[in-house]
Amino acid sequence: MTARQVLSSVAVAAIVMFVLPVFFDVLNLTTFAAYALLALSLGFVWGYGGILCFGQTAFYGLGAYVYALTAINTGEAWSGFFLAILLPALFAAVLGAMMFYGRLSDVYLAVVTLVVSLILFRFMNHTAGEQWVIGEARLGGFNGIPGFPTLHIPGDPEAYIYDENLYYFTFVVLVLCYLLTRWLLGSPFGRILVGLRENEQRIELLGYDVRARKTAAFAFGGALAGLAGCLYANAAEIITPELFGLGLAAEIIIWVIVGGAGTLIGPMIGAAVLGYLKFVLGLRAVKEVFGRENPLEATLVFGVILILFILFLPRGVVPSIQGWLGRARPGRAGAFGAGRRRRTRAERARSNA
Amino acid sequence: MRRGARDGVVEARGVSVRFGGVTALDSVDFTLADKELRCLIGPNGAGKSTFFKCLTGVLRPSEGDIRIRGIDCVGAHPHRIAGLGVGIKTQVPSVMNGLSVRENVWIAARKRNSTREADRIVAETLERIGIADSAGEPVGNLAHGRRQLVEFGTVLAGDPWLILLDEPAAGLTAEEAERAVEIIIEMNARAAIIVVEHDMHFIRQLAKTVTVLHQGRILTEGHVDTVLGDPLVRDVYLGKSQ
Repeated sequence: MTARQVLSSVAVAAIVMFVLPVFFDVLNLTTFAAYALLALSLGFVWGYGGILCFGQTAFYGLGAYVYALTAINTGEAWSGFFLAILLPALFAAVLGAMMFYGRLSDVYLAVVTLVVSLILFRFMNHTAGEQWVIGEARLGGFNGIPGFPTLHIPGDPEAYIYDENLYYFTFVVLVLCYLLTRWLLGSPFGRILVGLRENEQRIELLGYDVRARKTAAFAFGGALAGLAGCLYANAAEIITPELFGLGLAAEIIIWVIVGGAGTLIGPMIGAAVLGYLKFVLGLRAVKEVFGRENPLEATLVFGVILILFILFLPRGVVPSIQGWLGRARPGRAGAFGAGRRRRTRAERARSNA
Repeated sequence: MRRGARDGVVEARGVSVRFGGVTALDSVDFTLADKELRCLIGPNGAGKSTFFKCLTGVLRPSEGDIRIRGIDCVGAHPHRIAGLGVGIKTQVPSVMNGLSVRENVWIAARKRNSTREADRIVAETLERIGIADSAGEPVGNLAHGRRQLVEFGTVLAGDPWLILLDEPAAGLTAEEAERAVEIIIEMNARAAIIVVEHDMHFIRQLAKTVTVLHQGRILTEGHVDTVLGDPLVRDVYLGKSQ
């Protein structure tokens, strides 16, 4: 990534960051930014590493719980903030190592990751009793953990970062993570990762240790997801086992598919737009229009959206737009693996044969 | 992987592979000298590909000893074997379809070189194999023969001292096969090469020494003209010998 690309990305991000609050509520925007970071993590792991992780929620929920538990016990936010990145990354590294060194792939990997997330979901649901305590913090079972200290200015636990400032903070963290991921993908590690997505055997026969590289990529995805969980916890100020749930696990996949796997910006946009859609569908005013038999239930709407995209826009929004623009400007294959975008279905069928 | 002093670049002793009750390879001894070019031939099911997979670490032999430059390679992972400086080309073109020609070769070159050095090697390699004009093209868009060339490029870019090629002529046009022969002979100046192949025409153009496998054993080994003139070898190919 050149300095010019970084500057233009930052400029666009800054404009978006300052324009959005004019139209939307900042608390919602903070949540959507956390969602976008979560989508970015899966967009990286799945779209570039070719690892379909169905349980990205495991690291997201873990990040939120680690943050809340640490914050309650320490009475300040920042140790929890960093642990919420570190521990999910470590957990992802261990889980990833078990899967990749065990040669698990594709659908088995999806199943294992989903099950891990659901185990955490079940476990956290069962921790309502008073015996489930970590330090001074009760795990709280299905009620979750409310009222933990939120982010504050470092060194001053009384000076909370909230409302608009929390939104700006979350957005800036999101942009930094995006740039970091872009940088990583442009580095030799990232380029080889993309090669690995394309042909694992070839990468191995070129002398690269595929297992170690996939584990590292998975851990990086876990770190981003954990950070997203931490940011979400700060916006919501309460965390529940739903963070590990099947509903969210499926939603993330839909965000990435709709936005476009194989890009970073696509999943982020997908997360924000669909997150907003879900918010609108959940509004009382919208629900009252239809009475009790609400046909616009979010799960149903998301299902329809997913089917429509798979049928008519299988590459997702952003890659399709890039494809149309790319046709107008041929030869502008900037990023590694960008050529992938312009392949037609027939070509794909031929090369798979 | 242990080190031990032996002569050849590749030393295989008593290599056997059994799948359940089927013996695919039966106590094969094989030696390849430095800078040697050897063709491994035999009818379908002779065990060529099984032997190849043992060499590349994809398969672990049931018995026997394989050393590459004196390093014990039985049970080593393919990436460890490739990491020794062994270039491997599989039967089906194994390329990264979504990446451009340049990117494919770059990943191979980057294994043992810095980024800057890799960039230089890529430019050089693309010229050498004659696909510089499609450098930016996604490999998935190329015709089969061109993709074979790209895979040759990835092997070349690693600057290996041992090259293992599984059916490099498969699916190539006559013209492309000639180009492949040129490339292989050129690579032979710097590396020992094992070619698994059953296209006789291709082999005649290439090799001096040929090893014939039949039903998991080595049938004969010798100069290409002698071997291909051997009635026993001809019978094996025509299915007479049992």
